[in-house]
This record gives sequence, C-alpha cells and structure tokens, in this order.
Amino acid sequence: MRKLLFESIAKDSYTEPAPRVSSEAMAELATRVNGESRKRLGRSLSIRQIDAGSCNACELEIHALSNVFYDLERFGFRFVASPRHADVLLVTGPVTKNMGEALMRTYNATPNPKWVVAVGNCAVNGGLYRGSYAVVGGVSNLIPVDLHIRGCPPSPVQLLEGLLALLQQ
Amino acid sequence: MISPGELGRMREILADVAPVVGHRPWPRGRIGQMAWDMAVDKLVTGELTMLSLWADAKVVHMALLVENSAEIAVVSLACTDGSFPSVGARHPPALRFERAIRDLYGIEAVASPDKRPWLDFGFWGVKHPLGDCGGAPVSRLPYTFLPTEGENLHQIAVGPVHAGTIEPGHFRFTASGETVVRLEQRLGYVHKGVEALLIGAPLDRATQLAARASGDSTVAYALAFARAAEVALGIKIPARANWLRALMAELERIANHLGDFGAICNDASFVMMHAQCGMLRERVLRASNACFGHRLMMDCVVPGGTAVDLPKDGTENLRSLVFEIRELLPKLVELYDMTASLQDRTVKTGILTSALARQYGAGGYVGRASGRTFDARRAMQYPPYNELKFDVPVLLEGDVNARVWIRIREIEASLSLIEQILGQIPGGAFQDQVEASPSSGIREGMALVEGFRGDVLAWVKFDVSGRLSRCHLRDPSWFQWPLLEAAIEGNIVADFPLCNKSFNCSYSGHDL
Repeated sequence: MRKLLFESIAKDSYTEPAPRVSSEAMAELATRVNGESRKRLGRSLSIRQIDAGSCNACELEIHALSNVFYDLERFGFRFVASPRHADVLLVTGPVTKNMGEALMRTYNATPNPKWVVAVGNCAVNGGLYRGSYAVVGGVSNLIPVDLHIRGCPPSPVQLLEGLLALLQQ
Repeated sequence: MISPGELGRMREILADVAPVVGHRPWPRGRIGQMAWDMAVDKLVTGELTMLSLWADAKVVHMALLVENSAEIAVVSLACTDGSFPSVGARHPPALRFERAIRDLYGIEAVASPDKRPWLDFGFWGVKHPLGDCGGAPVSRLPYTFLPTEGENLHQIAVGPVHAGTIEPGHFRFTASGETVVRLEQRLGYVHKGVEALLIGAPLDRATQLAARASGDSTVAYALAFARAAEVALGIKIPARANWLRALMAELERIANHLGDFGAICNDASFVMMHAQCGMLRERVLRASNACFGHRLMMDCVVPGGTAVDLPKDGTENLRSLVFEIRELLPKLVELYDMTASLQDRTVKTGILTSALARQYGAGGYVGRASGRTFDARRAMQYPPYNELKFDVPVLLEGDVNARVWIRIREIEASLSLIEQILGQIPGGAFQDQVEASPSSGIREGMALVEGFRGDVLAWVKFDVSGRLSRCHLRDPSWFQWPLLEAAIEGNIVADFPLCNKSFNCSYSGHDL
C-alpha cells in the first residue's frame, strides 16, 4: 500500500479545475432563493440524496462527483446520511407513488432553510414515465423545487455546474 | 456432454403440443395443467431452471432452461378463471413473481403460501393496472413481515431511504445481539409502471424505456430488447453492429465491476481502493463517451444495430484504456489480497451455498461465485461471442471474497475481449432501418443476454398491426435478491453492507 501511496504522491493530481457556473441555474435560483437563507447556509452545504424512482443512472453520476476528477468536497459540499443534517435535498426520478410518502417525510425531516434540487429529466416532469399510473411525475408536484439540473443522466460536469450556483452569494 | 435424458426434458413437457407459430427463436407451447405440473416437478428436482414467470391477458408464461444443453422453451397456461396453480408453493424462486403477477394482472396463484402484495402499496389509484383495472385499490394497511420468534430478538428497520446514495428499498432485520437471524426485504418502491408504458409504445420509445430498466445495465437491456425485437420481426442486422454491441457490453461490464470492487472495499472502510477504482471507472466512462457519445452508452444500442459507429480514433482510445487498466489493476488486486484487515471482512462472510444458487438459477457473479457456471454469452453463443475466446470464471466458496474475485477475473476477461473485438471487428454498415410493419400474424421474440449482473431476459410480442402489445423484462436481481436474505443469515449486522454490495442487486430493474 505504501508503494501505491508514494506513487500517487509523485503523480500530478487527477483533480480538474472547476467548471463554469451554469447561468441557467443562476437565473432559476435568483427567482427562487432569498438572500437570507443564502447567508445562513453559507458556502458549506450538506447534501442528502433521495432516489424517488430513478433508473439508477443519475445515482451513478452523482457518485462520480466524489471521484478524484471532480472531488466535490473541495467546494464545500458533502453527502450526509440523515436528512436532519442536510441543507440540500438532491432528488432524482419521476417520483413513484410508492416513494411519495418517503419523499415527503424526508423533506419534512430536513430543517429549514433548505433547498431542493431536482436532478435528471425524470425529476423535472416525469420524463419518459409521464402519464404512468405509478408515478407522480416531477418532484415539484410534491415538494417545492429550487433548482432543476436536466440530463439523462446529467454528467458530473453538468451536476457541478448546477450545484456550484448554490454557492454563489 | 449432453445426455439424451437432458434433451428429453423439454420434449416431455411440450409433448403433443404444437409450438406457437411466430414465437422465436425458442419454442413456446400452450400446455395444460398436467404438463404445467410436470414442469414444476422438474423445477423442484433441478432438471429445469426457471428463467422467468410473467402474465399476459388471461395467460401466464414461464420460461424454462435446461442448463447443460442451454435448451430454452416457454410454456403458457391459460387462466380463463383468473388463476393458475402456484409454482412458488413448490418452487420458492417463483414466489415474488406470482405476487407481482397478482398485483399487476389480478391473476391468482392458487395455493401460494404468500398472499401478500408485492409491488402494489395501495397508492396507484387503480387495481390490477395491466389486467381488468377493476375493483377498489388495495388497502394501505401496514405490511405484515414474516414472524420471528425467540428470546431477546430485536428488529432493525432500514429504508426505503438509505444512508448512502443508493436506490430505495426496505430491509427488515431481526437480530439476536449482533447476529442477523432473519432479513426480509420489501421492494417495489421504484415501480414506475414500465411494462404498462411499453404496451403500444412505438419502437423507438420502447427501446428508450427498456434501456432505462436499470441505468447501470443500459447496454445489456437495450441489447436484450433489440435482440428480442429483431428476432420477432425477422430482422438481420449488419455484422459490424454485433461487434460494436459487444464492445459496449464489455465496457459496461468493466465499469460496473470496477465500481463494485472499490465500493465493496469502501464498505470495509478501505477508502484508498475506492479512490483508485473510482479513477479507473471514470476512465472507462470517459472512453465510452469519447467513442459512443454517452458516458453510460445509453440509447447506443437500437433495434437494427447501433446508433453510432466507433470513431476513427476509437480503437486507439480503447487500446490505451485497456493498457491503463492492465497497468494499475494488478497492483490493486495485490493490495486487496495482501491486506489482512480487508480479507478479515470479506473471507467467509455472506456465504451463499451452491445448492441455493442452482435452485434459484442465480446469474452473474452471485451464481459464479457459488459454483453455477451459467453465462449467457457462452451458453447462448450469440454473436460475436461465438467467435471470441474468453474464460468464464467459477468459484465454489460463495462468500463476499469469491464475488470480488469473480469480478476481478471478469474484468480481465473483458479486457481481453475488447482487444479481440478491436482486432477482428468487420467493416461495413452499423445500422439498418427497422420498422414494425403489419403482418399476417402475431410475432413474438425472446432474448437472453449477459449483463454485468447476470442474464437479462426480454420477451416481446407484436400484434398484426406491428404494435408492441406486450414486453416483459426480467432483471437477474429477481433471483439474487432472495438469495441475499439467505446469505446474510448468521452474519453480523455490520457485515450487511459488504454482503449487499457484493450482490449489488438492482432495485429499478426489479421493481420496473
């Protein structure tokens, strides 16, 4: 293990520069998020991810945010295990009716102020599953959404472009 | 060697039954109750393996496999009175399928020991959405978990929202101190009604839906659906397309296995391996994106071939990827094997017996770590695997460690496959136009392909107007989830994440 660690130290870092903040995300946040909660939450945000019916592709790319190339934590974000510790809920999927109650309960367990980010085309309006008997269709049908990050699934860079907008004061 | 007896098994069941016209490539027979019972007998004795059990309007279908000869057949039993004799009563792997069939179609499995709902929690606003849609929706009464009795037992309820970034499902543990006495899963939280949406869907939309059955296996699902649709519609695709598809399938396998290898070690708090594997996984996704235009290669496999061709620099790009993985992986494997604290967690943890793996027909690394040799690429010999050389690793230990090693060996095998494909891929077109045009009869097709998790089954039916009138997708997890319940028994609660990750079953692919 020591050998591998020494090799890693000798190598250049894999971590890449931050992408540009998405102007689309900035515009959406400007209409939604007030300065008070921004001040309160600051530049260190705890994220709780909720899969509300996704196909798991969005989760894979959210996972990738933690790898050495994107290194999400350097920006002040971290993933937390409990909604009670969270500032941001990252919700994926078309919101299945079977997950509706769990999503509501998680939202209610998250202290204010909190932001909700809907990730992926399904989370915007149900996407491919719109009209199914088993989905609510779109996270905003159940809880207020502050930011949408589109894509099927959004790439880690697209996710970063959107999330970084939350840090702009 | 295939004995004459093995070849006869399917014939006995399908004796005196004319195969259904238009079902390809394997025969389908409408059988009576006696032959149905005989099929169940053979499942119980292990002469046959169940590949899937699903319903259509007033009929249940069961796909069966003779393992040694790779013979496949579908048997269909009419359910005119809305019921059929339970398979699960005698062959437990069928139980959850029967509960799902009842929830979706309202068709009852008579004498099933488990009458609880499975996918329907009472929130859909409709009962039996694929059947008659009749009657009041099911009640939202609390779900009854199986009883456990004993001194000092306590329950731990986990989920549906888990602590990590993973899919939702509920685990109910009963523990005696630290030891798990029973795990019972409750799934269905991500049921999106995919099979209902597939009915009547145009071919391109159906392909997209199938490709999203489970996001980590998008190539495998698109491939299974495309192959089923092509065989039903009698379409022959360009040779190059088969090779491109295999290239994508192997890249998907490597990316997932690398992710799992790191994540399993991470669950034993060995973070460094997670970081190193995460780096390699990202390299695979970036190479996939550079070659096929999507990191997960979603919508890259379509009926008729592939949506994209390998670009000019693709071969070089993939060769350097193979080189990079071969440089680093052996060091990681050595580290895994030499770290006593890690081995302490994975060796002899979560043992799945080979008898259970065989009974459930467990696919992928779950089956192959417990002595079941089945691999759809080898057994079905679908192109281009019939022209490629590859090992199918098999171990007998059945523990977390064995499931890790199967993944390591499969990464190595897939790297070799990618090299072979790059060296032998024929030129020419990569896609043919496909239309589901009207025909004089109903056309049905079935395909079984090897995803990273195991064999994915797709079954399609086109009516005379060329409309997709039924599509059934069966994830390998259907047979692996119940085995996780068995494997965790007697282990400590703290080892559950390791066991769970070493199975890495799909929620979305199962719930659909």
